[in-house]
Amino acid sequence: MKKTILSLVALFSLTTGCKEDAEFLNIKSTNILLVDEVYSDPRLVLSAATDLYNRIPDLVEPANFGIMASFDEAFASGDYGRHQNREYSYDDWNLWDYGYIREINLFIERVNAATRLSAADKARFAAEGRFLRANAYFELVKRMGGVPLVTESLTYDYSGDASYLRKPRAKESEVYDFVISEFEAIKSILPKTPNEKSRATYGLALASKVRAALYAGSIAKYGVNTPTVSLPNGEVGIPATKANAYFQTALTSAQELITSGQYALYQKAPDLSTNFANIFLDKANNPEVIFVEDYKLQSGKIHSFALDNQPRAITEEGERGGRLNPSLNLVQSFEKLDNSFAPLAINKGNPNDYIYYDKPEDLFADRDPRLQGTVLVPGAIFKNRPIDIFAGLVLANGSILSGDQLGQLKAVNGVSVQVVGLSGPIDGYDGSAQGGFYMRKYNDPVTGSGQIGTQSEVWNVRYRYAEVLLNAAEAAFELGQNAVAAGYLKQVRDRAGLTKALTPGEVTFDRIVHERKVELAYENHLLWDMKRWRLAHVVWDGSNSDLTTQPGKATEPSTRVYSLWPYKVYNPGGANHNKWVFRKVLSGRVTQSHVFRLGNYYSRITDAIINNNPTIVRNPNQ
Amino acid sequence: MKISLIYLVLLLLVGLTGCELDNFEPPKSTFEGRIVYKGEPLLIQSANVAVANNSDFPVFLELWQKAYNNRSSIRIPIKQDGTFSSLLFDGDYKLIVPNGQGPFLWKRTAANTPDSLDIKIQGSQAMDIEVVPYYMLRNPKISNNARKITGSVSLEKVITDAANGKTVERVSLYVNKTQFVDAGNSLNKADLAGADIKDLANVSLTTGELPALVPSQGYVFARIGLKITGVEDMIYTPVQKITL
Repeated sequence: MKKTILSLVALFSLTTGCKEDAEFLNIKSTNILLVDEVYSDPRLVLSAATDLYNRIPDLVEPANFGIMASFDEAFASGDYGRHQNREYSYDDWNLWDYGYIREINLFIERVNAATRLSAADKARFAAEGRFLRANAYFELVKRMGGVPLVTESLTYDYSGDASYLRKPRAKESEVYDFVISEFEAIKSILPKTPNEKSRATYGLALASKVRAALYAGSIAKYGVNTPTVSLPNGEVGIPATKANAYFQTALTSAQELITSGQYALYQKAPDLSTNFANIFLDKANNPEVIFVEDYKLQSGKIHSFALDNQPRAITEEGERGGRLNPSLNLVQSFEKLDNSFAPLAINKGNPNDYIYYDKPEDLFADRDPRLQGTVLVPGAIFKNRPIDIFAGLVLANGSILSGDQLGQLKAVNGVSVQVVGLSGPIDGYDGSAQGGFYMRKYNDPVTGSGQIGTQSEVWNVRYRYAEVLLNAAEAAFELGQNAVAAGYLKQVRDRAGLTKALTPGEVTFDRIVHERKVELAYENHLLWDMKRWRLAHVVWDGSNSDLTTQPGKATEPSTRVYSLWPYKVYNPGGANHNKWVFRKVLSGRVTQSHVFRLGNYYSRITDAIINNNPTIVRNPNQ
Repeated sequence: MKISLIYLVLLLLVGLTGCELDNFEPPKSTFEGRIVYKGEPLLIQSANVAVANNSDFPVFLELWQKAYNNRSSIRIPIKQDGTFSSLLFDGDYKLIVPNGQGPFLWKRTAANTPDSLDIKIQGSQAMDIEVVPYYMLRNPKISNNARKITGSVSLEKVITDAANGKTVERVSLYVNKTQFVDAGNSLNKADLAGADIKDLANVSLTTGELPALVPSQGYVFARIGLKITGVEDMIYTPVQKITL
């Protein structure tokens, strides 16, 4: 009986279901949007654009902070391998994402072909697509040198031979020219909305153009210092004769952005160091920031910079925090308020002949206020609590008493005393302040940012106005207009809190290098700057040289990260009791000196890419 | 229950035995040798890279196996004593010295790419690769005098023609606690810039006084290196153990 019913049901379903075969299968999907549906609604096009924005390749960002310790700006408290590798791999920093380029090309083509978008929407989206593409090529040329310029979506015809899709590498200068001309072409199509920080604007197009032209100009100018970093057909290397034209482009465009008055330096907080730190934290009407990757709490797009970099003394999450420790190399580069450079005054020649300080932060008092806006120094307050960095006690007889646990107590002459700070430093203790400092730039001071369940929404600043000013200053300096350069430098340095202006005669190449080093530390500039100035192989030269005593000099080797450890004097009744002294330390975990080889100037194009397209030539010195 | 147990055992047996057939034989032919000039090995910088990262030794050779269409290079690092060794599959290879490697000149093709050397691997073999260095370091002498290390060496300019010849950028004497002693690994060093060298045949330098060694040891290792202008990799003399 049951079987009969079942077969009857089956029979019915067969007879009725197939009535209109073609229509039946032609059901509109409820969870997939087709291409023409997406490109008929500006909100959906924006979603597609958002995906492309989201995939902008950044080498250094707060969400991926480990690489900040790859050079000489920071000690990786835990990831010690960064200081135990001598050579950088030729593959480091490489990028070959033509999938991304293709999707941008498709986006531009589809926006241009859309019929149901308003003309204004079409123009803006197409310009944004072109911004993203030019930005991607800028990223490619920075890392790889000249790359194939593909500006339309390529389609394979399934003929069995894909060789017609192969394109050779363009010249490095051609890629820069393309990038610069694209930024120029789209700047007036994009909106003049300085409060729009996550999408391409007029200001961003100009700022990007300035940066690209400056990079091209300096590669042309300083490429003569590394004659072997070039290829005969110009895929790598730009002729020196082109330098001035690029510098002029950079200066003119920077001046256009400056005179447009759309952006200004951030000057809100009365405390200069806090003001500097707030450039990266303040999302409300921030006049300085031009382009960011934004994050938002409880949205899924958050990052762990604050979680992994909170001082260990005040950690909100057990054993987490303190992974990135700014290095003494960077800290001593911040100049004194009288514009002079000097190593930190910690002793009178002999490491044991200490200079005594009442409070640990006093050592840094006469330095550029940007120092304490970038770095949490011993004695600093973060999240309204002391960060407690000290490595041990100096006893009456000069010996040092320390411990192997954070905040450890030990008995001294029968009295129980804390012998090491709650943040360390302890050699080899992951997360303790082994560099002697903690991060302030990008470090979120909001309560809860150090919890795994909350984390941080501090945005990643990709372009800001201060960099535009520094770019303008550098371009002007390279063109011999020292007075103009001094004027732009003055704006940045005044905001920083340096009261003595540099005279045009004091604007030197070393000054330009130095200003970028301290203003733009940890902001994804160091590697690219050192590469375009052809200084990378000079500064990271593989020699195990000591920490330089001339921090203002651009060519001083800096191959190993040094630490500065504070100690508290424990000598009840003595004159120096409870005073602070400092020692320069080379961590036992720093076993190798970095060497940036000539083959590192342009990352390796892998054999797989060359197999697919034999017209691609290898980068030099690899 | 019983049946499923039997199946399980059967499955296990299949699992234990089944994989034998589709496994590749591991490479087992050793290709080893030295980088030499007229039979003398060229000594270079020691390597210090992470275990997984064997592509980034200071100096390396590349082997390309001919049998496959999709080619990718096999990198063979050169050790500080000038030797190399690599485990390979039998087959036909081409060997090149990539651009910018080594303190020596490697032949180039008309298209200005590195010339290649055909290598047939059939079982283990040893082979010295003859190259022409820019300079050779002759008669190194290193001695200790009251914890100051003195070294002398004679530089022989091998490539003398105007097109390829290079000048001396610097001669350095390096001292270290271990046998790994070179520009990246030194406790103490002395530098002499090329411009200050009066006689290439007689270069001598002295380091400052050695610091106290912790833990203390009664000997150090030293060698002399030559940096050639425009050439990244230095060439060194043999490591010498010096008693303090």
